[in-house]
Amino acid sequence: MSKYIHENQDADGVDRRGFLRCMAWAGTGALCVLRGGVLKSFALSDIMQGKIGNMTGDLSFVQISDSHIGFNKDANPDVTATLRAAIAKVNALPTPPAFVLHTGDLTQLSKAEEFDTLAESLKSLKTEKIFYVPGEHDVLNDNGQMFHERFGQKAQGDGWYSFDQKGAHFIGLVNVLNLKAGGLGSLGPQQLEWLEKDVSGLKSSTPIVVFAHIPLWSVYPEWGWGTEDSAQALSYLKNFGSVTVLNGHIHQTMQKVEGNVTFHTASSTAFPQPQPGQAPSPGPMKVPAEQLRGVLGITDVNFVRGKHTLGITDSTLA
Amino acid sequence: MNIKKIMWTALVAVIAGGFILLAGTPRSHAAGPGDKAPDSIEVKIDNFSFGAMKLTVSAGTTVTWINNDDVPHTVVSEDKTTFRSKALDTGDKFSYTFTKPGEYPYFCSVHPKMMAEVVVQ
Repeated sequence: MSKYIHENQDADGVDRRGFLRCMAWAGTGALCVLRGGVLKSFALSDIMQGKIGNMTGDLSFVQISDSHIGFNKDANPDVTATLRAAIAKVNALPTPPAFVLHTGDLTQLSKAEEFDTLAESLKSLKTEKIFYVPGEHDVLNDNGQMFHERFGQKAQGDGWYSFDQKGAHFIGLVNVLNLKAGGLGSLGPQQLEWLEKDVSGLKSSTPIVVFAHIPLWSVYPEWGWGTEDSAQALSYLKNFGSVTVLNGHIHQTMQKVEGNVTFHTASSTAFPQPQPGQAPSPGPMKVPAEQLRGVLGITDVNFVRGKHTLGITDSTLA
Repeated sequence: MNIKKIMWTALVAVIAGGFILLAGTPRSHAAGPGDKAPDSIEVKIDNFSFGAMKLTVSAGTTVTWINNDDVPHTVVSEDKTTFRSKALDTGDKFSYTFTKPGEYPYFCSVHPKMMAEVVVQ
């Protein structure tokens, strides 16, 4: 039996009809709400449809990722249009996000005009501030210099930084520079040293949110979907009660809970990529044009600290 | 004569033509001990991999890589100094002439799982 339909293992109640309905929705990203030290994230589309009630918390923010401005191949000939759709979705939220995180691959080829288009487009985001970390596509020919000049304010070293918001500590890491042959994403000793110091004075009850482009967990090393020294980074966070790791890079949502750490990857605003090992390579995945926005647009994840169920509702909507 | 027969005849003609061409090439390019490859050779990049995992060439050979993927790749020697291309968009090429014998492992610095090697004799 070579063709069969997988059972829905995530109990998210999404059937084919639900999936098709979600395709009517463009947009991308998750709204994260911090409430009493517990971070929860919701699909923007669910929120727009009024399916999620009380979202007020101490803090809410949005993650978008992988805009790949400049990409123009079959998988999505107009990535600026889908980015605009994502922005419209964020702007329609009942509670404007305190800030937005962009987790990298702003551009396809690190070109000045691509960075310009991205920055110009995001000016219409209704939020106080946008925080960025680079993807490997943003640092192609200059070791990230152009990216850092434009988006890396107050960053340390090769672009890492941290900030506090409403009692939570946010850490932006860079794991796309100085990659070694045969290796994965890499943080490097200098950044690790900084990280250890950065969190050393914090109370263990401080909620920690780490964001970086390449996943900080081993999603699929064969395709480079992991970070070689992420275990060491996470070892500095083991005493904290609530750690949330937000990544992009793989153009699909995934979630894993391991002890005190919840890992989550966001959708792309540009094009989907295949599931790990489900294609000869992780290149852009082509879908019928009328389905594209649906494949991009959905993230629906619930983070609850201390719960041992994975809580993965994947990227589909009901 | 059916279609199959015509195809076979055409194929035989092409092969015969090939032999004639080979016979007509200069002696230095004829196959023989010591001759590993012509003076220039192309390596295609497809599906996140280099077309030749281990390519053996003679000193003086120019290798040209061409990126056929929808995503940018680079061609960078493992020491990151011997040769290093800019990001190659779809259809872009990068060439390097290998003058000294030796082993030259290289990779894509954007997708470092992509590795291959040029051996120069």
